[in-house]
Amino acid sequence: MRDVAVIGIGIQKWGELWERSLRDLWVEAALNAINDAGVDHIDSIYVGAMSPGLFVGQEHIGSLCADYLGVTPVPATRTESACCSGGMAMRSGFIEVASGLSDIVLVSGVEKMTDVDGGGATYALATAADGDYEVYNGITFPGLYAMMARDYMHRFGLTREELAAVPVKSHANGFHNPHAQYRSKLTIDGVIKSVMVADPLTIMDCSPITDGAAAAILCPLDLAKDFAKGKPVVKVAGMGAATDSIALHDRADFSALNAVAVSAQRAYEMAGVKPTDINFAEVHDCFSIAEIIVSEDIGFFEKGKGGQAAAAGETAIGGKIPINTSGGLKSKGHPVGATGIGQIHELVTQLRGDAAERQVAGARRGMAQNMGGSGGSSVVHILEVV
Amino acid sequence: MASVPNYWRQEPQRYRYEANKCESCDKVFFPPRLSCGLDCAEELKPVTLATTGKVLTYTIIHIAPTQFTDEAPYAMAICEMDGGGRITAQLVDCPFANIKIGMPVRIEFRKIQQDGHHGILMYGYKVVPA
Repeated sequence: MRDVAVIGIGIQKWGELWERSLRDLWVEAALNAINDAGVDHIDSIYVGAMSPGLFVGQEHIGSLCADYLGVTPVPATRTESACCSGGMAMRSGFIEVASGLSDIVLVSGVEKMTDVDGGGATYALATAADGDYEVYNGITFPGLYAMMARDYMHRFGLTREELAAVPVKSHANGFHNPHAQYRSKLTIDGVIKSVMVADPLTIMDCSPITDGAAAAILCPLDLAKDFAKGKPVVKVAGMGAATDSIALHDRADFSALNAVAVSAQRAYEMAGVKPTDINFAEVHDCFSIAEIIVSEDIGFFEKGKGGQAAAAGETAIGGKIPINTSGGLKSKGHPVGATGIGQIHELVTQLRGDAAERQVAGARRGMAQNMGGSGGSSVVHILEVV
Repeated sequence: MASVPNYWRQEPQRYRYEANKCESCDKVFFPPRLSCGLDCAEELKPVTLATTGKVLTYTIIHIAPTQFTDEAPYAMAICEMDGGGRITAQLVDCPFANIKIGMPVRIEFRKIQQDGHHGILMYGYKVVPA
Protein backbone atom coordinates (compact mmCIF):
# COMPACT_ATOMS: atom_id res chain seq x y z
CA MET A 1 0.00 0.00 0.00
CA ARG A 2 1.29 3.50 -0.84
CA ASP A 3 1.27 6.32 1.70
CA VAL A 4 -1.40 8.94 0.90
CA ALA A 5 -1.35 12.73 1.41
CA VAL A 6 -4.02 15.46 1.40
CA ILE A 7 -2.72 18.24 -0.87
CA GLY A 8 -5.78 20.43 -1.30
CA ILE A 9 -8.96 21.41 0.55
CA GLY A 10 -12.04 23.40 -0.43
CA ILE A 11 -15.27 24.51 1.21
CA GLN A 12 -17.66 27.51 1.30
CA LYS A 13 -19.60 29.23 4.08
CA TRP A 14 -22.28 26.73 5.07
CA GLY A 15 -25.86 27.70 5.83
CA GLU A 16 -29.34 28.02 4.37
CA LEU A 17 -28.16 28.79 0.85
CA TRP A 18 -31.49 29.33 -0.94
CA GLU A 19 -29.98 30.75 -4.12
CA ARG A 20 -27.51 27.90 -4.65
CA SER A 21 -28.11 24.45 -6.18
CA LEU A 22 -26.53 21.14 -5.18
CA ARG A 23 -24.39 21.13 -8.31
CA ASP A 24 -23.15 24.70 -7.77
CA LEU A 25 -22.31 24.08 -4.12
CA TRP A 26 -20.34 20.98 -5.03
CA VAL A 27 -18.45 22.55 -7.96
CA GLU A 28 -17.46 25.58 -5.85
CA ALA A 29 -15.96 23.37 -3.12
CA ALA A 30 -14.28 21.12 -5.71
CA LEU A 31 -12.69 24.08 -7.54
CA ASN A 32 -11.48 25.52 -4.24
CA ALA A 33 -9.77 22.20 -3.45
CA ILE A 34 -8.29 21.87 -6.96
CA ASN A 35 -6.92 25.43 -6.83
CA ASP A 36 -5.56 24.89 -3.32
CA ALA A 37 -3.73 21.74 -4.47
CA GLY A 38 -2.55 23.24 -7.74
CA VAL A 39 -3.35 20.07 -9.73
CA ASP A 40 -4.07 20.28 -13.46
CA HIS A 41 -6.15 17.10 -13.69
CA ILE A 42 -7.94 14.53 -11.53
CA ASP A 43 -8.10 10.79 -12.07
CA SER A 44 -11.19 9.92 -10.07
CA ILE A 45 -14.00 11.45 -7.97
CA TYR A 46 -15.95 10.28 -4.91
CA VAL A 47 -19.00 12.26 -3.79
CA GLY A 48 -20.42 11.57 -0.34
CA ALA A 49 -24.13 12.35 -0.14
CA MET A 50 -26.80 10.85 2.09
CA SER A 51 -29.97 11.38 0.13
CA PRO A 52 -29.95 13.75 -2.86
CA GLY A 53 -32.91 11.71 -4.13
CA LEU A 54 -35.12 12.77 -1.22
CA PHE A 55 -33.64 16.23 -0.64
CA VAL A 56 -33.54 17.51 -4.24
CA GLY A 57 -34.97 14.66 -6.34
CA GLN A 58 -31.65 13.86 -7.98
CA GLU A 59 -29.70 10.59 -7.95
CA HIS A 60 -26.69 9.70 -10.14
CA ILE A 61 -24.78 12.65 -8.73
CA GLY A 62 -21.32 11.21 -9.50
CA SER A 63 -22.02 11.89 -13.15
CA LEU A 64 -23.74 15.22 -12.39
CA CYS A 65 -20.70 16.45 -10.46
CA ALA A 66 -18.10 15.32 -13.00
CA ASP A 67 -20.21 16.92 -15.76
CA TYR A 68 -20.64 20.30 -14.04
CA LEU A 69 -16.97 20.40 -13.05
CA GLY A 70 -16.30 19.89 -16.77
CA VAL A 71 -14.10 16.82 -16.35
CA THR A 72 -16.04 13.98 -18.01
CA PRO A 73 -15.10 11.15 -18.71
CA VAL A 74 -13.31 11.00 -15.31
CA PRO A 75 -14.91 8.19 -13.24
CA ALA A 76 -17.10 9.43 -10.40
CA THR A 77 -19.38 7.69 -7.94
CA ARG A 78 -21.39 8.46 -4.84
CA THR A 79 -20.66 6.97 -1.43
CA GLU A 80 -23.52 6.62 1.04
CA SER A 81 -23.47 5.75 4.72
CA ALA A 82 -26.05 8.24 6.04
CA CYS A 83 -24.29 11.03 7.96
CA CYS A 84 -20.83 9.49 7.36
CA SER A 85 -21.20 9.43 3.58
CA GLY A 86 -18.43 12.07 3.37
CA GLY A 87 -16.09 10.06 5.59
CA MET A 88 -16.74 7.06 3.36
CA ALA A 89 -15.79 9.15 0.27
CA MET A 90 -12.49 9.94 2.01
CA ARG A 91 -12.00 6.25 2.77
CA SER A 92 -12.75 5.22 -0.83
CA GLY A 93 -10.35 7.82 -2.22
CA PHE A 94 -7.67 6.78 0.25
CA ILE A 95 -8.01 3.14 -0.83
CA GLU A 96 -7.87 4.08 -4.52
CA VAL A 97 -4.66 6.11 -4.13
CA ALA A 98 -3.05 3.68 -1.67
CA SER A 99 -3.73 0.77 -4.04
CA GLY A 100 -1.88 2.48 -6.88
CA LEU A 101 -4.96 2.56 -9.13
CA SER A 102 -5.06 6.38 -9.28
CA ASP A 103 -2.72 9.24 -8.39
CA ILE A 104 -4.92 12.33 -8.04
CA VAL A 105 -8.33 11.69 -6.47
CA LEU A 106 -10.98 14.26 -5.56
CA VAL A 107 -12.91 13.23 -2.43
CA SER A 108 -15.94 15.30 -1.53
CA GLY A 109 -19.32 15.55 0.09
CA VAL A 110 -22.45 17.58 -0.49
CA GLU A 111 -25.98 17.92 0.82
CA LYS A 112 -28.63 20.40 -0.23
CA MET A 113 -31.19 20.15 2.58
CA THR A 114 -33.33 23.30 2.39
CA ASP A 115 -35.18 22.65 -0.88
CA VAL A 116 -37.62 20.59 1.23
CA ASP A 117 -39.47 21.90 4.29
CA GLY A 118 -38.79 20.79 7.87
CA GLY A 119 -41.10 17.80 7.57
CA GLY A 120 -39.43 16.72 4.34
CA ALA A 121 -35.95 17.03 5.85
CA THR A 122 -37.03 15.09 8.95
CA TYR A 123 -38.46 12.36 6.72
CA ALA A 124 -35.25 12.12 4.66
CA LEU A 125 -32.99 12.04 7.73
CA ALA A 126 -35.18 9.43 9.43
CA THR A 127 -34.38 6.97 6.64
CA ALA A 128 -30.99 6.52 8.37
CA ALA A 129 -32.80 4.76 11.26
CA ASP A 130 -34.76 1.48 11.03
CA GLY A 131 -37.79 2.59 9.02
CA ASP A 132 -40.06 -0.33 9.87
CA TYR A 133 -39.14 -0.86 13.54
CA GLU A 134 -38.11 2.57 14.85
CA VAL A 135 -39.49 5.34 12.63
CA TYR A 136 -42.88 3.66 11.97
CA ASN A 137 -43.68 3.81 15.69
CA GLY A 138 -42.95 7.54 16.00
CA ILE A 139 -39.28 7.92 16.95
CA THR A 140 -37.13 10.77 15.60
CA PHE A 141 -33.34 11.19 15.43
CA PRO A 142 -33.29 13.59 18.37
CA GLY A 143 -35.46 10.98 20.14
CA LEU A 144 -32.89 8.22 19.57
CA TYR A 145 -30.04 10.33 20.94
CA ALA A 146 -32.30 11.49 23.79
CA MET A 147 -32.73 7.83 24.78
CA MET A 148 -28.92 7.47 24.81
CA ALA A 149 -28.68 10.62 26.94
CA ARG A 150 -31.34 9.31 29.36
CA ASP A 151 -29.46 6.02 29.78
CA TYR A 152 -26.14 7.83 30.20
CA MET A 153 -27.54 10.28 32.79
CA HIS A 154 -29.17 7.42 34.71
CA ARG A 155 -25.98 5.35 34.86
CA PHE A 156 -23.21 7.94 35.13
CA GLY A 157 -24.91 10.91 36.79
CA LEU A 158 -24.31 13.27 33.86
CA THR A 159 -26.00 16.60 34.64
CA ARG A 160 -28.04 18.77 32.28
CA GLU A 161 -25.42 21.53 32.75
CA GLU A 162 -22.52 19.22 31.77
CA LEU A 163 -24.42 18.19 28.64
CA ALA A 164 -24.99 21.85 27.73
CA ALA A 165 -21.26 22.55 28.02
CA VAL A 166 -20.74 20.77 24.69
CA PRO A 167 -22.76 23.10 22.41
CA VAL A 168 -21.53 26.14 24.38
CA LYS A 169 -17.94 25.11 23.62
CA SER A 170 -18.76 24.30 19.97
CA HIS A 171 -20.28 27.73 19.38
CA ALA A 172 -17.33 29.44 21.12
CA ASN A 173 -15.10 27.75 18.51
CA GLY A 174 -17.44 28.26 15.54
CA PHE A 175 -17.60 31.97 16.38
CA HIS A 176 -14.07 32.14 14.94
CA ASN A 177 -14.77 30.00 11.85
CA PRO A 178 -15.64 32.04 8.73
CA HIS A 179 -17.28 28.95 7.16
CA ALA A 180 -19.59 28.22 10.11
CA GLN A 181 -23.40 28.44 9.73
CA TYR A 182 -24.06 29.80 13.24
CA ARG A 183 -21.36 32.17 14.48
CA SER A 184 -23.13 33.05 17.69
CA LYS A 185 -22.12 32.36 21.27
CA LEU A 186 -24.34 30.32 23.58
CA THR A 187 -24.74 30.10 27.36
CA ILE A 188 -25.46 27.03 29.50
CA ASP A 189 -28.76 28.57 30.52
CA GLY A 190 -29.58 29.42 26.91
CA VAL A 191 -29.11 25.77 25.88
CA ILE A 192 -31.16 24.35 28.76
CA LYS A 193 -34.04 26.82 28.33
CA SER A 194 -34.33 26.58 24.55
CA VAL A 195 -37.22 24.71 22.91
CA MET A 196 -37.53 21.08 24.02
CA VAL A 197 -37.19 18.67 21.09
CA ALA A 198 -36.89 15.22 22.70
CA ASP A 199 -36.50 15.25 26.47
CA PRO A 200 -33.77 15.80 27.73
CA LEU A 201 -32.46 17.32 24.46
CA THR A 202 -33.39 20.87 23.47
CA ILE A 203 -33.00 22.48 20.04
CA MET A 204 -29.57 23.77 21.15
CA ASP A 205 -28.38 20.18 21.74
CA CYS A 206 -29.15 19.41 18.08
CA SER A 207 -27.12 20.09 14.93
CA PRO A 208 -28.98 22.18 12.33
CA ILE A 209 -30.26 21.66 8.77
CA THR A 210 -27.56 22.93 6.41
CA ASP A 211 -26.68 23.34 2.73
CA GLY A 212 -23.01 22.88 1.93
CA ALA A 213 -20.19 21.00 0.27
CA ALA A 214 -16.54 20.26 0.98
CA ALA A 215 -13.74 18.67 -1.03
CA ALA A 216 -10.16 17.48 -0.70
CA ILE A 217 -7.48 16.29 -3.12
CA LEU A 218 -5.52 13.12 -2.32
CA CYS A 219 -2.31 11.91 -3.95
CA PRO A 220 0.57 9.54 -3.15
CA LEU A 221 2.84 10.97 -0.41
CA ASP A 222 5.79 10.68 -2.84
CA LEU A 223 4.13 13.23 -5.15
CA ALA A 224 2.85 15.49 -2.36
CA LYS A 225 6.09 17.40 -1.90
CA ASP A 226 5.82 18.67 -5.48
CA PHE A 227 2.51 20.33 -4.62
CA ALA A 228 3.36 21.58 -1.13
CA LYS A 229 4.85 24.95 -2.21
CA GLY A 230 6.08 25.64 1.31
CA LYS A 231 2.96 24.35 3.05
CA PRO A 232 3.32 21.47 5.54
CA VAL A 233 2.73 18.06 3.91
CA VAL A 234 -0.26 16.32 5.51
CA LYS A 235 -0.29 12.53 5.45
CA VAL A 236 -3.24 10.18 6.05
CA ALA A 237 -1.61 8.16 8.83
CA GLY A 238 -4.54 5.96 9.78
CA MET A 239 -8.04 4.99 8.72
CA GLY A 240 -10.68 2.73 10.22
CA ALA A 241 -14.35 1.99 9.58
CA ALA A 242 -16.94 -0.17 11.33
CA THR A 243 -20.68 -0.88 11.59
CA ASP A 244 -23.21 -1.58 14.34
CA SER A 245 -26.92 -2.50 14.46
CA ILE A 246 -29.22 -0.23 12.45
CA ALA A 247 -31.72 0.00 15.35
CA LEU A 248 -30.58 1.55 18.61
CA HIS A 249 -32.65 -0.99 20.59
CA ASP A 250 -30.43 -3.86 19.40
CA ARG A 251 -27.27 -2.43 21.03
CA ALA A 252 -25.80 -4.05 24.12
CA ASP A 253 -25.03 -0.63 25.63
CA PHE A 254 -26.92 2.62 24.86
CA SER A 255 -24.14 4.75 26.43
CA ALA A 256 -21.46 3.43 24.09
CA LEU A 257 -20.97 3.46 20.32
CA ASN A 258 -19.17 0.27 19.35
CA ALA A 259 -18.69 1.21 15.68
CA VAL A 260 -16.90 4.36 16.88
CA ALA A 261 -14.66 2.42 19.27
CA VAL A 262 -13.74 -0.19 16.64
CA SER A 263 -13.17 2.32 13.81
CA ALA A 264 -10.92 4.42 16.08
CA GLN A 265 -8.99 1.35 17.23
CA ARG A 266 -8.36 0.36 13.60
CA ALA A 267 -7.15 3.89 12.75
CA TYR A 268 -4.84 3.96 15.79
CA GLU A 269 -3.37 0.60 14.78
CA MET A 270 -2.72 1.68 11.19
CA ALA A 271 -1.13 4.95 12.35
CA GLY A 272 0.85 3.22 15.12
CA VAL A 273 -0.31 5.80 17.66
CA LYS A 274 -2.48 5.95 20.79
CA PRO A 275 -5.14 8.45 21.97
CA THR A 276 -2.60 10.55 23.90
CA ASP A 277 -0.66 11.09 20.63
CA ILE A 278 -3.62 12.99 19.10
CA ASN A 279 -3.41 16.80 19.46
CA PHE A 280 -7.00 17.68 18.48
CA ALA A 281 -10.09 16.05 16.96
CA GLU A 282 -13.19 16.75 14.90
CA VAL A 283 -15.94 14.39 16.08
CA HIS A 284 -19.54 13.77 15.06
CA ASP A 285 -21.51 15.95 17.49
CA CYS A 286 -24.88 15.59 15.73
CA PHE A 287 -26.28 15.90 19.27
CA SER A 288 -24.50 17.06 22.44
CA ILE A 289 -24.62 13.57 23.98
CA ALA A 290 -22.94 12.12 20.88
CA GLU A 291 -19.80 14.20 21.41
CA ILE A 292 -19.56 13.03 25.03
CA ILE A 293 -19.98 9.34 24.17
CA VAL A 294 -17.64 9.57 21.15
CA SER A 295 -14.93 11.35 23.16
CA GLU A 296 -14.89 8.30 25.44
CA ASP A 297 -15.11 5.64 22.76
CA ILE A 298 -12.18 7.09 20.77
CA GLY A 299 -10.14 6.75 23.96
CA PHE A 300 -9.80 10.36 25.14
CA PHE A 301 -11.74 9.89 28.40
CA GLU A 302 -12.80 7.04 30.65
CA LYS A 303 -16.42 5.88 30.16
CA GLY A 304 -18.69 8.12 32.22
CA LYS A 305 -16.18 11.00 32.46
CA GLY A 306 -16.69 12.72 29.08
CA GLY A 307 -19.33 15.14 30.36
CA GLN A 308 -17.25 16.28 33.31
CA ALA A 309 -14.26 16.74 30.99
CA ALA A 310 -16.30 18.93 28.61
CA ALA A 311 -17.67 21.00 31.52
CA ALA A 312 -14.14 21.44 32.91
CA GLY A 313 -12.92 22.89 29.61
CA GLU A 314 -10.66 19.93 28.75
CA THR A 315 -12.09 19.81 25.20
CA ALA A 316 -11.89 23.57 24.58
CA ILE A 317 -9.11 25.13 22.50
CA GLY A 318 -6.21 25.35 24.96
CA GLY A 319 -7.59 22.39 26.95
CA LYS A 320 -6.13 18.90 27.28
CA ILE A 321 -7.57 17.70 23.95
CA PRO A 322 -9.44 20.29 21.85
CA ILE A 323 -12.55 18.82 20.19
CA ASN A 324 -14.45 20.39 17.28
CA THR A 325 -12.30 23.48 16.83
CA SER A 326 -14.34 24.21 13.67
CA GLY A 327 -17.51 24.60 15.74
CA GLY A 328 -18.49 21.01 15.04
CA LEU A 329 -21.74 19.95 13.43
CA LYS A 330 -23.60 22.13 15.93
CA SER A 331 -22.13 25.54 15.00
CA LYS A 332 -20.38 24.91 11.68
CA GLY A 333 -23.47 23.13 10.34
CA HIS A 334 -24.35 19.59 9.26
CA PRO A 335 -24.93 19.25 5.50
CA VAL A 336 -25.09 15.50 6.09
CA GLY A 337 -23.01 14.12 3.21
CA ALA A 338 -20.47 16.97 3.36
CA THR A 339 -19.80 16.76 7.09
CA GLY A 340 -17.07 14.11 6.97
CA ILE A 341 -15.06 16.04 4.37
CA GLY A 342 -15.70 19.27 6.29
CA GLN A 343 -13.92 17.58 9.20
CA ILE A 344 -10.94 16.75 6.94
CA HIS A 345 -10.93 20.42 5.86
CA GLU A 346 -10.60 21.52 9.49
CA LEU A 347 -7.85 18.97 10.22
CA VAL A 348 -5.74 20.15 7.28
CA THR A 349 -6.38 23.81 8.15
CA GLN A 350 -5.15 23.20 11.71
CA LEU A 351 -2.16 21.08 10.62
CA ARG A 352 -1.08 23.82 8.19
CA GLY A 353 -1.32 26.37 11.03
CA ASP A 354 -3.97 28.33 9.10
CA ALA A 355 -6.79 28.29 11.71
CA ALA A 356 -6.17 31.87 12.96
CA GLU A 357 -8.08 32.60 16.22
CA ARG A 358 -9.06 28.96 16.65
CA GLN A 359 -5.57 27.54 15.96
CA VAL A 360 -4.47 24.70 18.26
CA ALA A 361 -0.88 25.41 19.32
CA GLY A 362 1.52 22.72 18.14
CA ALA A 363 -1.07 20.80 16.11
CA ARG A 364 0.85 17.95 14.47
CA ARG A 365 -1.67 15.12 14.48
CA GLY A 366 -5.47 15.26 14.35
CA MET A 367 -8.40 12.83 14.20
CA ALA A 368 -11.67 13.05 12.26
CA GLN A 369 -14.55 10.82 13.43
CA ASN A 370 -17.68 10.73 11.27
CA MET A 371 -20.74 8.63 12.10
CA GLY A 372 -23.95 7.47 10.42
CA GLY A 373 -27.43 7.31 11.93
CA SER A 374 -27.59 6.48 15.63
CA GLY A 375 -24.09 4.99 15.35
CA GLY A 376 -24.78 2.24 12.81
CA SER A 377 -21.61 3.23 10.96
CA SER A 378 -18.45 5.16 11.79
CA VAL A 379 -15.28 6.08 9.96
CA VAL A 380 -12.14 7.56 11.51
CA HIS A 381 -9.12 9.18 9.86
CA ILE A 382 -5.87 10.26 11.52
CA LEU A 383 -3.94 12.97 9.67
CA GLU A 384 -0.44 14.14 10.59
CA VAL A 385 2.23 16.56 9.43
CA VAL A 386 5.11 14.66 7.84
CA MET B 1 -45.57 7.27 2.91
CA ALA B 2 -47.64 4.17 3.33
CA SER B 3 -46.84 1.20 1.16
CA VAL B 4 -49.58 -1.42 1.11
CA PRO B 5 -47.25 -4.37 0.25
CA ASN B 6 -44.84 -3.28 3.02
CA TYR B 7 -47.69 -3.02 5.55
CA TRP B 8 -49.15 -6.38 4.56
CA ARG B 9 -45.70 -8.04 4.77
CA GLN B 10 -45.25 -6.85 8.32
CA GLU B 11 -48.60 -7.92 9.74
CA PRO B 12 -47.05 -11.01 11.42
CA GLN B 13 -44.88 -8.66 13.51
CA ARG B 14 -47.30 -5.78 14.04
CA TYR B 15 -50.35 -7.94 14.78
CA ARG B 16 -48.88 -11.13 16.26
CA TYR B 17 -45.33 -10.19 17.43
CA GLU B 18 -43.78 -13.09 15.53
CA ALA B 19 -40.02 -13.34 16.15
CA ASN B 20 -37.37 -16.02 15.96
CA LYS B 21 -34.56 -17.36 18.10
CA CYS B 22 -31.07 -18.65 17.37
CA GLU B 23 -30.73 -22.23 18.65
CA SER B 24 -26.96 -21.75 19.12
CA CYS B 25 -26.77 -18.52 21.13
CA ASP B 26 -30.38 -18.12 22.37
CA LYS B 27 -30.66 -14.60 20.97
CA VAL B 28 -34.23 -13.53 20.13
CA PHE B 29 -34.75 -11.50 16.95
CA PHE B 30 -37.66 -9.16 16.33
CA PRO B 31 -38.35 -9.01 13.44
CA PRO B 32 -37.18 -12.57 12.63
CA ARG B 33 -33.89 -12.80 10.76
CA LEU B 34 -32.42 -15.17 8.21
CA SER B 35 -28.92 -15.05 9.75
CA CYS B 36 -27.48 -14.81 13.24
CA GLY B 37 -23.98 -14.34 11.87
CA LEU B 38 -21.42 -16.76 10.54
CA ASP B 39 -20.51 -18.29 13.92
CA CYS B 40 -24.02 -19.61 14.57
CA ALA B 41 -24.72 -22.45 12.18
CA GLU B 42 -27.94 -23.61 13.82
CA GLU B 43 -31.43 -23.03 12.48
CA LEU B 44 -33.42 -20.04 13.67
CA LYS B 45 -36.64 -21.25 15.27
CA PRO B 46 -39.93 -19.27 15.24
CA VAL B 47 -40.98 -17.84 18.61
CA THR B 48 -43.51 -15.23 19.72
CA LEU B 49 -42.39 -12.13 21.56
CA ALA B 50 -43.61 -12.02 25.16
CA THR B 51 -46.14 -9.21 25.64
CA THR B 52 -44.61 -8.21 28.98
CA GLY B 53 -41.25 -6.56 29.53
CA LYS B 54 -39.52 -3.53 31.02
CA VAL B 55 -38.39 -0.05 29.96
CA LEU B 56 -34.63 0.22 29.26
CA THR B 57 -34.61 3.90 28.28
CA TYR B 58 -37.15 6.49 27.11
CA THR B 59 -37.73 10.03 25.85
CA ILE B 60 -40.62 12.44 25.47
CA ILE B 61 -40.97 13.55 21.84
CA HIS B 62 -41.97 17.23 21.66
CA ILE B 63 -41.13 17.90 18.01
CA ALA B 64 -42.80 15.04 16.13
CA PRO B 65 -42.72 13.76 12.55
CA THR B 66 -45.61 15.05 10.40
CA GLN B 67 -47.85 12.00 10.88
CA PHE B 68 -47.49 12.17 14.70
CA THR B 69 -47.75 15.97 15.17
CA ASP B 70 -51.26 15.78 16.68
CA GLU B 71 -50.06 13.39 19.39
CA ALA B 72 -47.03 15.38 20.63
CA PRO B 73 -45.78 15.42 23.27
CA TYR B 74 -45.70 11.63 23.59
CA ALA B 75 -43.36 9.13 25.24
CA MET B 76 -41.24 6.59 23.35
CA ALA B 77 -39.37 3.78 25.05
CA ILE B 78 -36.97 0.99 24.23
CA CYS B 79 -38.34 -2.10 25.96
CA GLU B 80 -36.82 -5.50 26.57
CA MET B 81 -39.50 -8.17 26.50
CA ASP B 82 -39.49 -11.04 28.98
CA GLY B 83 -37.66 -13.95 27.39
CA GLY B 84 -35.72 -11.68 25.00
CA GLY B 85 -36.30 -9.39 22.03
CA ARG B 86 -36.52 -5.61 22.06
CA ILE B 87 -38.88 -3.02 20.64
CA THR B 88 -38.99 0.76 20.24
CA ALA B 89 -42.59 1.77 20.93
CA GLN B 90 -44.82 4.55 22.21
CA LEU B 91 -45.44 4.33 25.97
CA VAL B 92 -49.04 5.45 26.53
CA ASP B 93 -51.67 5.68 29.29
CA CYS B 94 -48.99 6.81 31.73
CA PRO B 95 -48.25 10.35 33.05
CA PHE B 96 -44.74 11.35 31.94
CA ALA B 97 -43.68 11.91 35.56
CA ASN B 98 -44.39 8.24 36.35
CA ILE B 99 -42.12 6.84 33.62
CA LYS B 100 -39.03 5.20 35.08
CA ILE B 101 -36.17 3.14 33.68
CA GLY B 102 -36.91 -0.47 34.69
CA MET B 103 -40.69 -0.04 34.96
CA PRO B 104 -42.74 -3.07 33.86
CA VAL B 105 -44.82 -2.63 30.70
CA ARG B 106 -47.05 -4.73 28.47
CA ILE B 107 -47.79 -4.57 24.77
CA GLU B 108 -51.20 -3.41 23.56
CA PHE B 109 -52.46 -3.52 19.99
CA ARG B 110 -53.20 0.04 18.89
CA LYS B 111 -53.59 2.30 15.89
CA ILE B 112 -50.16 3.79 15.13
CA GLN B 113 -50.75 6.19 12.25
CA GLN B 114 -52.84 6.78 9.15
CA ASP B 115 -51.87 7.61 5.63
CA GLY B 116 -53.23 11.15 5.34
CA HIS B 117 -56.71 12.21 6.53
CA HIS B 118 -58.64 9.62 4.55
CA GLY B 119 -55.94 7.02 4.04
CA ILE B 120 -55.51 3.53 5.38
CA LEU B 121 -55.29 3.03 9.13
CA MET B 122 -52.02 1.46 10.24
CA TYR B 123 -51.86 -0.60 13.39
CA GLY B 124 -49.16 -2.10 15.57
CA TYR B 125 -47.88 -2.24 19.12
CA LYS B 126 -47.64 0.36 21.87
CA VAL B 127 -46.75 -0.33 25.50
CA VAL B 128 -48.65 0.60 28.66
CA PRO B 129 -47.69 0.26 32.35
CA ALA B 130 -48.09 -3.40 33.39
